[in-house]
Amino acid sequence: MPELYLVEAVNDALHCELARDESVMVMGEDVGRAGGVFRATAGLRERFGADRCVDTPLAEAGILGTAVGLCMAGWRPVCEMQYDAFSYPCLDQLINHVGRYRWRTRGGMEFPLVVRMPYGGGVRAPELHDDSPETFYVHVPGVKVAVPSTPADAKGLLAAAIRDPDPVVVLEPKLIYRTERGEVPEGEHVVPLGRARVVREGDDLTIVAYGAMVPVAERAADAIDASVEVLDLRTLKPLDEEALLASAAKTGRVVLVQEAPRTVGYAAELAAILAEKAILDLRGPVLRVTGYDVPYPYWQIEDAYMPSVERVVDAARRLLAF
Amino acid sequence: MAQVLPGEHELRRVIDEDREVEGLGEADLLELYRSLILLRTYDERSLVYHRQGRIGTYAIFWNHEAAQVGSAHALEDDDWIFPSYRESAIGLLRGLPPATVLSWWRGHPAGWWNPADYNVASICVPIATHVPHAAGLAWGKKLKGDGAVAIAYFGDGATSEGAFHEGANFAAVMGAPLVLFCTNNQWAISTPLEAQTKAEALVDKAAGYGMPGIRVDGGDVLAVYEATREAVARARDGEGPTFIEAVTYRVAPHATADDPRAYIDLARVEEEKQRECVGRYDAYLRRLGVLTDELAHEFKEDALATMRAAIAAAEAEPPAGPEELFEHVYVDPPTSFGSDLAELRRILDA
Repeated sequence: MPELYLVEAVNDALHCELARDESVMVMGEDVGRAGGVFRATAGLRERFGADRCVDTPLAEAGILGTAVGLCMAGWRPVCEMQYDAFSYPCLDQLINHVGRYRWRTRGGMEFPLVVRMPYGGGVRAPELHDDSPETFYVHVPGVKVAVPSTPADAKGLLAAAIRDPDPVVVLEPKLIYRTERGEVPEGEHVVPLGRARVVREGDDLTIVAYGAMVPVAERAADAIDASVEVLDLRTLKPLDEEALLASAAKTGRVVLVQEAPRTVGYAAELAAILAEKAILDLRGPVLRVTGYDVPYPYWQIEDAYMPSVERVVDAARRLLAF
Repeated sequence: MAQVLPGEHELRRVIDEDREVEGLGEADLLELYRSLILLRTYDERSLVYHRQGRIGTYAIFWNHEAAQVGSAHALEDDDWIFPSYRESAIGLLRGLPPATVLSWWRGHPAGWWNPADYNVASICVPIATHVPHAAGLAWGKKLKGDGAVAIAYFGDGATSEGAFHEGANFAAVMGAPLVLFCTNNQWAISTPLEAQTKAEALVDKAAGYGMPGIRVDGGDVLAVYEATREAVARARDGEGPTFIEAVTYRVAPHATADDPRAYIDLARVEEEKQRECVGRYDAYLRRLGVLTDELAHEFKEDALATMRAAIAAAEAEPPAGPEELFEHVYVDPPTSFGSDLAELRRILDA
């Protein structure tokens, strides 16, 4: 099995899915001639032509809005938003139309589009290249959200998203685009949406993470003198609630990690589910390690903002001592 | 095909010039008339149904019928229509049952249709956000080698929206076979055109996208038909999108919830009402000797009967149950939908 970086696995998935299904097309800013600012779409234009790997005008709402119309014409568009925070204009289309249109047609039409984007901080970039916007996307009815943390999952989840009959947003952790390297199955590879992955098993405490926070959780687990389970959610919506509750039942202690701001973040939803459905399994409070409720900072102090191994270890120790 | 350059603000007209449109026979002229009467009757009856409490808030389109009918008749059945709420009943011209549209205004799920059945997209409530959809559909059809054209309807206020700009620019760049149909009724609720734009005419916006623009008398069903036919032909010939500004006047409130007396010049409204679009065409056809009292009466009676049957059908829809909340959101719904519905039923049935 070849070893690929995470971003190479994204590229591999796009090559496989465009080859498999003629109705799949890629569109976005700089995805064609340049092959994407992170090279995620490299080689697609040369192989599949300028009509199936389309350089669009600079218009995020226009990209997603035209993608709605492309679905109505029988296409399966895969839209790239160049960066997390640049995706916000597309929320207009996502909230008003993408998540609602199938419902509006009483199931008569399907909108099998994908929005994929690099997300997250730690990359020493200018303002608004660092956001973790998952909450905005997860909150929209009718839309699914996946966040891979390994090269194999980056390929498999993106393939699943492209094949899914409903709209799916895939957030790709750019911090680990070219640091996470791993074996990726050749050819078609699909990781079903809605199934979490137990990264490592443990008995005393569970760290729940997704995306770029999974390697942080793993390093924290190494540093804690206890048997720690690490759960990678992989899909935020639909959530693998069974896997979350099973792990909570097993360890009784849960630390949730997200790099987005704390208030009403995804970890808050996880905490609420644990409070509703796992209260008698818990041996201590559910703790969150998150970004702060501030704008994502200047990069000289971004390490203080990002959930670090030290902060996760600190939370875990507090919980073990509770 | 002639390109209208910025600066040519003269409205294209047919009726006031007592011209005839090439290619339209007597049967076509009467079909346009029948469509006008159908939409006029739909609109007037809807206002009555609203006052009777039989439909909810309703966006009136009185005096917009010529713009809607003239443009829609320039399309083939395979061409796609993207309506705003002001064109809520335009699907009637494609065979969409009026009961469905009445159900929409009644807030009943039976008010949604499958767009693919009529090539009429869902009614777009937010302003201009359907313009990119129309651009995308037209572009997508072109990529598939399908000959279909799309038309997007929006108002003067919509031209201030980012979605209009992004959709228009996308369509131009992709060479999408699209007609951007702007019904300039000169009001966006209470905001007059001069507070919406400093452009001399909305048609001037076309030049910025590198597409031709046409400015037409929106109260002249034949002029609108002729202009749209030209834009559709351009689109079908692979020459890309066209912007049409159809100038009319909103003589009715924005919607049933609006009282324009606070902001509008009522004398101007009365003056515009004298020139309303159905009456102008009626008089034109009589001058041509095409329309008789008997025919006019027959069309009106047919339309009234259609509406009587439609409201009865809409009111006969069984009430929507709570299960409708969860239907059609996903192809493959999450398990929480099942447990939420079960809990809701337990409480509702208690």
